[in-house]
Parts: sequence; structure tokens; C-alpha cells
Amino acid sequence: MSIPHSQDSSETAPIGDAQAERGTTEPPQTGHKVLLGAPAPMKLDSGLDLAGFTLAYQTYGTLNAERSNAILVCHALTGDQFAAGRHPVTGKRGWWDNAIGPGKPLDTDRYFIICSNILGGCMGTIGPKEPNPATGKPYSLAFPVITIGDMVNAQKLLIDHLGIDQLFCVIGGSMGGMQVLDWASRYPERLFAAVPIATAARCSAQNIAFHEVGRQAIMADPEWRGGDYLAQNTRPERGLAVARMSAHITYLSETALHRKFGRALQDRKAVTYGFDADFQVESYLRHQGITFVDRFDANSYLYITRAIDYFDMASEHGSVAEAFKGTKVRFCVLSFSSDWMFPTAESRALVHGLNAAAANVSFVEIQTDQGHDSFLLDIPDYHRTLTGFLNGAAAHRGLTGRGLIAK
Amino acid sequence: MTLPTLSKNGGRIRADLQLVADLVPAGVRVLDVGCGEGALLHHLAQTKNVDARGIELRQEGVNACVQQGLSVVQGNAETDLKDYPSDAFDYVILSQTLQAMRDPRGTLGELLRIGKHAIISFDNFGHWAMRLGLMFEGRMPVADAPRHTWYDTGTIRPCTIRDFLTLCGDLGIEPERCFTVHGGGRTREVAPGSWRARLTARQAVFLLK
Repeated sequence: MSIPHSQDSSETAPIGDAQAERGTTEPPQTGHKVLLGAPAPMKLDSGLDLAGFTLAYQTYGTLNAERSNAILVCHALTGDQFAAGRHPVTGKRGWWDNAIGPGKPLDTDRYFIICSNILGGCMGTIGPKEPNPATGKPYSLAFPVITIGDMVNAQKLLIDHLGIDQLFCVIGGSMGGMQVLDWASRYPERLFAAVPIATAARCSAQNIAFHEVGRQAIMADPEWRGGDYLAQNTRPERGLAVARMSAHITYLSETALHRKFGRALQDRKAVTYGFDADFQVESYLRHQGITFVDRFDANSYLYITRAIDYFDMASEHGSVAEAFKGTKVRFCVLSFSSDWMFPTAESRALVHGLNAAAANVSFVEIQTDQGHDSFLLDIPDYHRTLTGFLNGAAAHRGLTGRGLIAK
Repeated sequence: MTLPTLSKNGGRIRADLQLVADLVPAGVRVLDVGCGEGALLHHLAQTKNVDARGIELRQEGVNACVQQGLSVVQGNAETDLKDYPSDAFDYVILSQTLQAMRDPRGTLGELLRIGKHAIISFDNFGHWAMRLGLMFEGRMPVADAPRHTWYDTGTIRPCTIRDFLTLCGDLGIEPERCFTVHGGGRTREVAPGSWRARLTARQAVFLLK
């Protein structure tokens, strides 16, 4: 299938073929793994215990002697720990390669970047596709339902393991931003700054609805086999691809879709009066679906979307303000003007809650027509804001280093 | 707003802002409402080591602030101040913004709810030149002329020092100190009721409690 454009940026898919070509001399990363929840198991929000589980993570840059320059990057729904550099599975650049590296906003010459595959993920961390020690077969639906809070608790165990008392910053977009908020609320003394991007303090009804469409597509695929597809040596690829296609639409904006594709036809001069992909936008979505199934597990998709659905800080704490009461964390809330999945109104509501908690907060809405996916893109105003906020926070934290001046 | 956005020219800031900055003690919590591109906040953070925060309506101003490491939110003071808890700040500053508000009375009340002190600066429409201009030329005074005229000025609620004092009286607010800014940026502290100040001040800066 021919692809109408080279950008494949949606929700943490590797960004841009041109970048991938530049990175081919670099060896693929292998990443690290750590055994957590042992000897004491980790208590899940569902009440179940998770004992002796693997968390996969990757790091970039160097931890300083004071262990004070660490930034934890939280990935979104379909992302993974390989945020920068060449991805070992896809061969393309990591999902946030444009923001992590020397001289970039998350400058690896100054900061030590940690990114872990979330609990329930499928890139090495325990999740439904990993073997269940009780049976030796993949967990599948025997895997416990997890929450954003469980993901954060697992990351906190990793940070303990790395011997870091206080992270300089926790940062992430979309579902990653939910983890950032949960971190700041749950372990306020363990982070100095928090940057929730293109996110919200709760999952909206609309987003739950889109997630449900995706889950139903997966479960309606006969190859899903009641979740037991791995043991039966098959995969619900069609269902997962449709889930990806419907989700992908929510990551873009009407304006951006129209600019990229309009009503342009795909390799033909006239419509074919059939159901082949006549339009470029159809071809593009099909490609998004097909490439996604190569790197993602369908049951992981079910579990992670469910975790997002359950996220609601106000119901957990009484109000957003209550969740952050007395916090000393410096916040920088970022939204994008054309994001209709996590619209600016959600960020504004979050900021109002943080103001009510008298938190130290910056809030910037970036003007762009690129929709929710903007958080993955190299938008100059966006990256300048990240750099400026991190520089300011570093000065207050007393971090020195290239370009940083202790206050 | 009504005066040009200032640049940080060698650490020096506009006369009325310097006056405001001098009223703020070191190490306190400050909220600058309508902080523009952050000149005052930056100055306060650098020279007074304050916990400096800001609210700004214009996105370009907010971006400029955050990009220099200041804690500023994009928002509308007239709708967003109500979110802040009472006494959240030691000083709340409203610099050259009062006249651009739809509800200066309500805003003034909110400023003194969330701040222990408020510092308000505004253009004095009771200045003699404005009085004479209206009387002899028949033209409405415009504080930010000649860049603006009556139909595009940001000032939608022009007031005089006397108007402001009357409002304070209505709200039961006792001005602690009053300063005036004159031509050439000269400043002096005056008694709030001074008739001379009402006629000669281009701008007034009030410290309220």
C-alpha cells in the first residue's frame, strides 16, 4: 500500500521516515529490566497483589552525583520506553526523539532521562501478553485490571530502585500527563516539577466512548478468542487495526486532516464505485491500523484504555484542588488549541483546581491546528516553553550544568 | 494594556513599575494580575527573591513569561481570581489594568480577598491636561494617545484618583499609601486626599490593605 505522506506520528508511533533514515547507523537499543514487587508485593487499586514483576525501562543522559537531575518521562497509550534514539522493534526514531537529546528541551547533557514501559504494556513490562507464573501461559484476561495509579506505583518502585529521592521533573502527554498528575498528587515530595501535557484530571465521557469502540472492535474479531489468542497461536489483527483507526482520528484535527488529504484520491483518477480505499485518508488510516498491529498487543490495548477510563482525580480526592492541597511542586500545564480529545477547557479546569490549591503553576495553550498529536511534534513555541519552564525550575532547584545558573 | 510593554533594559523598568517593585518586601508571595511579558515579575524575582506568579490574558505574553522561567497562567482575571483561596498571596499587583476591566469594583474586592495587600496603579483621568482638553478642545482624554484613540483604547473604565478613592470608601478599603507619577517619570508619595496630586498626577499607585 502506498502511503500519502511520511508523517506517522500519532500517539507515540515512531515519527517520520526521514528521521528513521538518519538514525540507521545507530544500533537499536536494548533497554533495561528490573524485578519489582519482591519480596513485598505491590498492592493494586483493585485490591489484588502484584508480586515479582518485571518493569522495562530506558535511560538517556547521566545521573549527577547528587542524583538530582532525573526526569521521568511518562508515555502515552501506545508508547513505550524507547522515547528517543532508534527503536529496537520498528527501527524508527523513538516517539519523543525530537524533544530528548543534547540541546533539545529534555537536554541529555543536563538531565538524566528515565522512561519506563507502563504496567500492562507490551514492550517488556508485565502485561497480559507475559507468561502467568501460575500457568506458564500468557496472562491474557487473567491479568488484573490496572489503573493509572498502579502504573505510577510501579514507576515509584523503579525510582526507589534507582536510588533517586526526588525526581527533578515528571513529564508526559495524554495518558502520560495523567501519570504526571497522579505522581504529583500521590508522591508530592518525590518530584520537584510536573509537566502534564495535552491531558486532563479526568477521562471524559467522549474519550471513554472512543475507547469502548476500540475495545468492541478487538473483542468482535473472532481471532480474539475470548482474549486467549496467544495461547491459540493467533491474533485479532483486524479488530486491533480498527481500534487504532478510530483512535487515530481523535488524535488529529479536522483542519489537519483536511489539509493533509482533503478529498484527494489514492492512486486513481476517479472513484471506483466500490469499497476499496478510494480516498487518501482511507489509505492512510488503513496503514496506521496495519502497522500498529505489528508492535502492539490487543489485550494490552484493552487494559490500558480501561486504566484511562477509570482516571478521575476529583472522584478520588473530592476535588482537583484537594488532590494537590499544600503542594510544593512547580507545575507547567500545556494544551494545544486544536486538541479536541483533551481540549484546552480540560487543562483550564485543571489549572483552576491547582490555583485553588495555591500551587505554583504555569499554563500555556499552544496555537496549532495539529490536534492532540501536537504533543509529539516539534512545534517551536511548544519546545521553547518546555525549555523555558525546565530552565526556570532548574534554577530554583539549584541544578547547575551547561547553560544552567544556580539561583 | 495602556502603556507600552517594557523591556528589561539593563535591569531598569518603567517608573510606575519601579514604584510598585519598591513597595514589595523581599521573600513574599506575589501575584501580578495582567503581568504582560513579565517585566515586573522578572524584576521582583531577580531583586527581591519573591515567589512570583502571574496571570495574563494575552497568549503571547504568557508564552514570553513561561519561556523565561516565570510561573504564569493564561487566564482572565475577571473570571479566574475567584478560584484562588483567600490570603493566598502577600501582595497582589494590578498594574495599569484596572481601567481595562469590565468589573473593576468586583475585581478590587477579589484582589483584597486573595491578597493580604494589593498594589493598584492606574492612569489618572483627573490630570489637568485631560480636564482642559475636554473643556477647550471638546475631545475625550485618551491615556495612551497618540498610539490609541477613544475608539480603540484598552481603557474602558477611565477613572480619576477621586473616583478611585470613592470606590475604596464604598468597599470599606482604607488606602495605606499613595504615590503619584508625574511627567518624566518623577514619583512622590502624597496624601491620598491631596487636591494638587489629583490635578498633577499622570498615574497613581495605591497600596491597599
